[in-house]
Amino acid sequence: MAATATSTRSAWRPGRLLRRLPWWLLTLILIGGAFLWVYPFLWMISASLKGQLEIFGSGLSLLPESWEWENYARAWNEASFSTYTWNTIIVTVASVVLVVVRCAMSGYVIGRYQFLGKKVVVAVLVATFFVPTGYTIIPVVEISQNLGLLNSLSGMVLALSGGGHVALILLYAGYFRGIPRELEESAVLDGAGFFGVFFRIMLPLSGPITATATLMTFLGTWNNFFIPLVFSLSRPDLRTLSVGMKAFVGENSTDWGGMAAAATISLIPLVILFIVLQGQFVKGFAGAIKQ
Amino acid sequence: MTTVMESNPDVLRSEAPPPGRKARRPRQQLWIWLMLLPTVVLYGLYTVYPIVASYWLAFLEWNGFTAEKTFVGLENFQAVLADPLFWNSFRITVIFMLAVVPPKVILTLLLALALNSANLPFRTFFRTAYFLPVVTTAAIVGIVMQFVFDPASGPVNLALRRLGIIDAGINFLGDSSYALWTAAGVYVWKWFGITMIYWLAALQTIPDEVYEAARIDGAGAWQLMKSITLPLLKPFLIIITLLSFESALKVFDLMLTMTNGGPFYATEVVEIYIYRWAFAATVPQLGHASAAAVIFGLFVCVVGLFQIFGVRSVQKARAI
Repeated sequence: MAATATSTRSAWRPGRLLRRLPWWLLTLILIGGAFLWVYPFLWMISASLKGQLEIFGSGLSLLPESWEWENYARAWNEASFSTYTWNTIIVTVASVVLVVVRCAMSGYVIGRYQFLGKKVVVAVLVATFFVPTGYTIIPVVEISQNLGLLNSLSGMVLALSGGGHVALILLYAGYFRGIPRELEESAVLDGAGFFGVFFRIMLPLSGPITATATLMTFLGTWNNFFIPLVFSLSRPDLRTLSVGMKAFVGENSTDWGGMAAAATISLIPLVILFIVLQGQFVKGFAGAIKQ
Repeated sequence: MTTVMESNPDVLRSEAPPPGRKARRPRQQLWIWLMLLPTVVLYGLYTVYPIVASYWLAFLEWNGFTAEKTFVGLENFQAVLADPLFWNSFRITVIFMLAVVPPKVILTLLLALALNSANLPFRTFFRTAYFLPVVTTAAIVGIVMQFVFDPASGPVNLALRRLGIIDAGINFLGDSSYALWTAAGVYVWKWFGITMIYWLAALQTIPDEVYEAARIDGAGAWQLMKSITLPLLKPFLIIITLLSFESALKVFDLMLTMTNGGPFYATEVVEIYIYRWAFAATVPQLGHASAAAVIFGLFVCVVGLFQIFGVRSVQKARAI
């Protein structure tokens, strides 16, 4: 699309309006595409505000005739989405703290120090970079059961914080490697210890990396499905939003309004966060290609 | 912890020289390993141990409830390899990868080229809109899609009927001849934005001066595209394609919630096959599931090796 548009642009020197024409056509196509891209979410929000009759009756209109907040009350109270939301928040916050601190700490020593066994640590991290969850899930359940951590939120948090996140460690390592040594020397002269240097000087300096790491971990944990699913198979009260959603639809397959309201409750925090912190998100994801 | 260290400022002062020279200081080694401890414990328990243990579990017969585990040798592997449904899931995974990667990589390149041009209006808006599905929960998107593609009252079928394209509703996710393609379409839609961002990052690595120089030499827009932009993007094409193959292996969330592997196993990718044997069966067979996971893991390794070769060749090309 872009290629042909650019070529015609140079061919049509005379007439600014004509010259702009391919770009306006392209813009129209992209607007159509963008509508397709956000439509499922618009439909979801619209259905969450419609009454049961209206969803099946009025068809394609995105604006509800009367605003039906009843769906939200049903999803929040009867379908226990209040519990699921709370669980998701607890699990996400705890995992983000654990992951960011552990990745920053290990990135710091890997990036700045030589130590015994460093090569082994780095080799293991790199070798396990791309392991999919489906491959490790059974032993994860097995070991959690042996440690008495299966069917508990803390077990879920530990399993979520222990998998993956190699990219974050490498990101921190690269950043800490670039910080000049003079900074910590003066702190050491002032009497700061090994941990003091890290927590009072290095960690605050790594603010931009920590922002990216927090955001990526937040997204990864909030959206996680496989681990919360197997950790709550026999404990419905431990479900997170993604798992609760599946259970809800399994039990009430005809309650479209409730489904849409529950999905909106689960997704709206992410959408708002994304719109507010768009630049951060883009930077975080683009990091993968720059390495 | 800090107080302990503060009583020993000498240890730290001596560690000031640049890295590489001061590897043998016992106390410092201790602090370093203390810093690594959380990662070593968590990553060891939940990533490294499982990779090793899945090999061990694959040799056992175990239902997961009881402590009783019987060593059965290679029986699980034989059972998996003899199971037509395992090969079915393998085939589905490969078809799915081949179906989603080319359209995703090519269409996102075109979109990124358009978004990278200053001539296009509303660029931030477009970037936001096309990226939006990426941040949402795949498992919840899968559920919503069940309803969007509902044969009777789903908006897609309603729209197609109103436009007169079809007479009766199509069961996009419930008909085995459509389900995999619908799922592939949803997957491309869901992760489109991430590949678009990769391409935009790649395009930003081309310095403006290169274009300036070519323009002074009298190159037209099409020539710029053909002899500068596309050749310079070639190394990224390899990386982005390989990354896309890699991530197309991870469709569990979306697939399980959208189709549950059905209808009649038509969308059962390997991850769902493993899940079915390990957790969704009435009598779980973790040994069988582990054997499937091991075989699948070896396949992922092969894909990963291609990745390493790909990146190596790119690095070589860049070095020249």
